[in-house]
Amino acid sequence: MGYQEAAHEDTFRAGRALGLNHLKLGMWLFLGSEVMFFGGLIAAFLHYKVNNPTPETGLLDVGLVGLNTFVLLASSLTVVSALAAIERGDTAAMNLYLLVTIGLGTAFLGGQGYEFVSLYRDGLTLSSSVFGSSFFTLTGFHGMHVLVGVLWALSTFVRGMGGAYSRNDHLGVEVFGLYWHFVDVVWIVLFTVIYLI
Amino acid sequence: MRSLVSRLRQPAPSWLRYFRWNTDHKVIGVQYLVTSFFFFLVGGALAMVVRTELLQPGVDVLNGTQYNRVMTNHGSLMIFLWVIPVLAGFGNYFVPLMIGARDMAFPRMNALSYWLIPPGGLLMIASFFIGAAESGWTAYVPLSIRAPDGQTLWALSVIVLGTSSILGAINFVTTIITMRAEGMTMWRMPLFVWGILATAIITLTATPVLAAGLILVAFDRLVGTQFFAVAGGGNPVLWQNLFWFYSHPAVYIMILPGMGIISEVFPVFSRKPIFGYRMIALSSLAIAVLGMTVWAHHMFTSGMDPRQRIPFMVSSMVIAVPTGVKIFSWLATIWNGKLRFTTPMLFAMGFISQFLIGGLTGIFLAAIPVDLHVHDTYFVVAHLHFVLFGGSVSAIYAGLYYWYPKITGRMYDERVGQAHFWMNFVGMGLTYLPMFLAGLLGMPRRVADYDPMFLVPNQLASFGGFLLGISVLPFLYNAVISLLHGKPAGANPWRGLTMEWQTSSPPPDHNFDEPPVVSHGPYDYGEGHLVSPEAVPASAAGE
Repeated sequence: MGYQEAAHEDTFRAGRALGLNHLKLGMWLFLGSEVMFFGGLIAAFLHYKVNNPTPETGLLDVGLVGLNTFVLLASSLTVVSALAAIERGDTAAMNLYLLVTIGLGTAFLGGQGYEFVSLYRDGLTLSSSVFGSSFFTLTGFHGMHVLVGVLWALSTFVRGMGGAYSRNDHLGVEVFGLYWHFVDVVWIVLFTVIYLI
Repeated sequence: MRSLVSRLRQPAPSWLRYFRWNTDHKVIGVQYLVTSFFFFLVGGALAMVVRTELLQPGVDVLNGTQYNRVMTNHGSLMIFLWVIPVLAGFGNYFVPLMIGARDMAFPRMNALSYWLIPPGGLLMIASFFIGAAESGWTAYVPLSIRAPDGQTLWALSVIVLGTSSILGAINFVTTIITMRAEGMTMWRMPLFVWGILATAIITLTATPVLAAGLILVAFDRLVGTQFFAVAGGGNPVLWQNLFWFYSHPAVYIMILPGMGIISEVFPVFSRKPIFGYRMIALSSLAIAVLGMTVWAHHMFTSGMDPRQRIPFMVSSMVIAVPTGVKIFSWLATIWNGKLRFTTPMLFAMGFISQFLIGGLTGIFLAAIPVDLHVHDTYFVVAHLHFVLFGGSVSAIYAGLYYWYPKITGRMYDERVGQAHFWMNFVGMGLTYLPMFLAGLLGMPRRVADYDPMFLVPNQLASFGGFLLGISVLPFLYNAVISLLHGKPAGANPWRGLTMEWQTSSPPPDHNFDEPPVVSHGPYDYGEGHLVSPEAVPASAAGE
């Protein structure tokens, strides 16, 4: 029946009229809910930071984490470059940038793992104090989001190697990019709240 | 004709599809409706146990701990596994039909949203075998930290169900924004769709905060974090803030789609355009936004700074304004209408009268001095049941009767339906009105025993409760018998103007035989046209 194919093409007519792709809109809504999730955890962290000041904050190594922050920021740049490459139709460059992104994301996770181990050696643990609890919960959940992002980058890379994306069809890279930038922005907030102020 | 041909070509769909992974929004909608009704029966059975225990003073049927477990799981099941998912079920079935879409935006994610619900429910019920949750549906710390292992399952269950809600909300917003049919502008959407849109916005903003709070509780229980351990500097009031930041808006999650159903029922059975269409739609959005600003009115007695109470009192009273806008609009809609007192119309009328009592007592509770007096008494229990049972459940029943012919293709039995309404309406008043009195006299809630001075209101409430329990039987009888022997309903038995009535009952897989084109609003009754001249109504089963 003609209608069913026509209907399929026309399914997201209203979205196109608004210039909105449904996958991107869905991703934005998901990220909105993620903002609220991190908002809850950040509120808990700040509550205790304000009401229970502790000398344990002196254990944090701002230099190391600042370097790690730079690594994560750089990875956002490589994701932008990957998207720009595929928009030019340059699949090889896209794959290269995705590979660098995976490397930078992994490096960030390695840095965070090193930080966690050092802090545990210094006696700051999940149950040592309410600062430890809220610090590890907040940064741990962010780290899990980076891990998911690295796995997603890996799957995007594998699909890119298989020729899944082209100049006209690269929505997958774009939606992955939205997630990756979100995780990056959350880290900027966390770095400020936990390490700088 | 075309649909007849395509139907003859396809084998009749097997009823087994309701038990399988299926991405058709109509199948998923029915899965939601039936599954959540099952949990309604379980939660109702627990309520019967509660009312049996409270039939007389003294601890007779249950001991205190057992009572706490039954009461906690009654509340949790009713909220997380009945009212919230059943309304999502209506949304799943009818939002795509009402906006002229073929399905939801993300059909596989939609199926996932549903399939998270049975495991979530089983987790909650399974907790009974290892020492069920016993700290109330509010799970206040430190009670919920010290409770037995079932409390951990409870927290996991609520996280799973919350995930289902969030995925569903993403789907609803995306569907409504991007999948409307030609001519279906935002201001031509039925008010049920507006209600679901506002609800989805609340779900996206509030539910993740509950997830964050539950994770902190679960961590305190499982990995030794100190979030709520006072000795380690933890603060139990933090939980109350995180919990109510979700759970007050959750009340609007449970009522806005119901208000949407009511807004469908009144114009159809009054044969009049709805009064104040835009104001009703905008008031839903206003409630969604204002709902984020009222949570601390649950914490007036939790030791908060007295100066902080004032803004929360004011915002809690202000949120009554958009609700009042709706109530007056509905009254103006039925005013001078050509009323037909069918079962859905009766439930809609019952909704207004009972929700009004719930809403007005909510304003009492928002007033700080009144709240300090009746906090944690049966006054609160009566208030919330007038909102959630008199309000949400009445609206759900109105929706179930209203759309039964569309979903099944058959008419329900009107006499049995009306008997159900009257049992429900009388039982409702008998159960919850005496609780206002008991609460004002100081009877504390959530206790298995009570002073003999509260005997009469409690016996009235128990007999009313048993009547409510029995009132489910005519509904179940009606639903099953009508499915087998009901008269064929035809496409549009109520002569409704919204899109779901412009296709056959039940709708074909692809919903509409021709791409629908909409050229008028959803409630233009009495204006001489049924549907747009461009839209071709599908041939109806039984016509």
